Amino acid sequence: MQDNGPVAQTVGTGKDDSMPPTATRTWADLKQDQPASRRSIPEGLWLRCPSCAQMIYRRQMESNQHVCPECNHHYRIGAAERIRQLADTDTFVPMFTNLRAKDPLSFTDLKAYPDRLRAEQIKTGQNEGCQAGELFIKGRAAVAACLDLTFMMGSMGSVVGETLTRAIEHATQKSLPLVIVSCSGGARMQEAGLSLMQMAKTSAALARFDDKGGLFISVLTDPTTGGVTASFAMLGDVILAEPQALIGFAGPRVIQQTIRQELPEGFQRSEFLLKKGMVDRVVHRHQLRSEIARLIDYSGV
Amino acid sequence: MATFYQLDFEKPLAELDERIAQAEKASPPAPVPAFGGLENAEAGVTNPKGSSESQALRAERDAMLRKLYENLSPWNTVRVARHPDRPQTRDYIARMCRDFCELHGDRRYGEDTAIVTGFGRIGNRKVLIVGHQKGKTTQEKLGCHFGCAHPEGYRKALAKMELAAKFGVPIVTLVDTPGAYPGLGAEERGQAEAIAVNMREMSRLPVPIVSIVIGEGGSGGALGIAVADRVAMLRNSWYSVISPEGCAAILWKQANEQTNTAAAEALKLTANDNLALGIVDAVIDEPVGGAHRDPQGAAEHLQGWITAQLDELTGLEPQALMDARYERFRKLGSFDELPLDAANA
Repeated sequence: MQDNGPVAQTVGTGKDDSMPPTATRTWADLKQDQPASRRSIPEGLWLRCPSCAQMIYRRQMESNQHVCPECNHHYRIGAAERIRQLADTDTFVPMFTNLRAKDPLSFTDLKAYPDRLRAEQIKTGQNEGCQAGELFIKGRAAVAACLDLTFMMGSMGSVVGETLTRAIEHATQKSLPLVIVSCSGGARMQEAGLSLMQMAKTSAALARFDDKGGLFISVLTDPTTGGVTASFAMLGDVILAEPQALIGFAGPRVIQQTIRQELPEGFQRSEFLLKKGMVDRVVHRHQLRSEIARLIDYSGV
Repeated sequence: MATFYQLDFEKPLAELDERIAQAEKASPPAPVPAFGGLENAEAGVTNPKGSSESQALRAERDAMLRKLYENLSPWNTVRVARHPDRPQTRDYIARMCRDFCELHGDRRYGEDTAIVTGFGRIGNRKVLIVGHQKGKTTQEKLGCHFGCAHPEGYRKALAKMELAAKFGVPIVTLVDTPGAYPGLGAEERGQAEAIAVNMREMSRLPVPIVSIVIGEGGSGGALGIAVADRVAMLRNSWYSVISPEGCAAILWKQANEQTNTAAAEALKLTANDNLALGIVDAVIDEPVGGAHRDPQGAAEHLQGWITAQLDELTGLEPQALMDARYERFRKLGSFDELPLDAANA
């Protein structure tokens, strides 16, 4: 039962302005949908689950791998927490931490890109939106890379693309299994064409990894969209997805504007992709480590 | 004179055309070039019958046309790239290829007319052509979703490219899409997966691949057929991660003339910008006033570049070819690399 991830209960008021947990959420909601800690009760001991609306004790949620103890809603987590959950204790060795973004286009929208970067670095205490390194998962050595949604929506610019590519190349050289955990708004607009090229770069690196017989497990988490989905994320030998994660190429709002009709219930959610044959398994966060470990064992790497 | 879709920055040009027409009404008319292309002065043809006034006006008009197109803003470049009369894949195939043998279908789900694939001969060389088609008539546009391909289009492209690779036939791809189709069926059938697989597989096809952005190079939908040994852009095409409107709507919170202009500039989407960033290897010139004024001239420029690239690439060992292609994309990106101890401090 737990394996498939219980469906979140709708507690909406039934009004149009409420935010149902499935289907009709839009891009604009993605931002509001950050861990509830950010929004409602900043330093609070208690928080209201956005899915089941229960008041839950924050510590209890956090010690439950950031999963709601009432309804199994999977909270979004950053790369550091993801690695903590994935790796055997004290086995993670970070790599490629010396890459820093530049501003090759002198990109300015309402804010200059370097200012945006600095603000994100201060906010998150991280240099970029991806962490990679070697680790052990239940005793199996692997290379892992995790995107970080808290840093510019996990968007892929040159540094993220380069970090991923180096991780892939490292796994190729060392003949280690590769795990990439994705969560991203897509390619980073502030590096425009160069961000786009990271899609080709990572995909080409995966071709070489594949040529060498490497095992790539791609883990899709909420949300995985745009140029990230349309490159390495969908190229896993095995593709796992966390329950209820939004996964797609185009955003729901764009699609709605194109087809001018209501999107079906659960559209672009993990369970929908499972039904359409696009992912191998929907895996509860509690089982992720053991699922990865047994896939490594089956592939005999 | 033929009715001709007019971009607003070309208004002064239209006024001049009007004056030329009036001047020529008074004196014997000179032949008018199709779609008001560059006058025959270059070819040495004079208009002995034309009045000196109309000749002066024509010279002025030619100078204006040249100047307008030499100084196109990024946003106006996007609009030229979308000009309804701009040549599309099928136009170039008709002008460059002998004996085009179109191949249909992805053998999995359906036939997507937003991507055209088939064998053809350019000069004496056999090639496989793959290109987005946006459509000219309303019916054709609707049929191919204005050049926005579905997963079956990308899968068809890959299937035919693999066929070409099997027989050692080089591949030429023509990119012209606002982006991959954002729709229900496209998502259900794995739009993202189709594009991703194309990029991965194109990186390891053992035959030469050359790609040219002939109009719009919209994001992953463009890159899905553009992982190549050599990539070029026509002078008045654009290539970026998102359309100016899409970028403006997200980063400027609204898309209007002003924000679209700003976004088009910020995205560095012109041919010259992409050349400077190393994303493309060459910019192919268009006839004065854009490819839509002289499709034949544009096709000749295109064919010249393709032939030159294939001359260089043919004969390379497949492994060397694939290694060079890998390195071409591997080095793309812009970042600083700090000494490790400084980074960890």
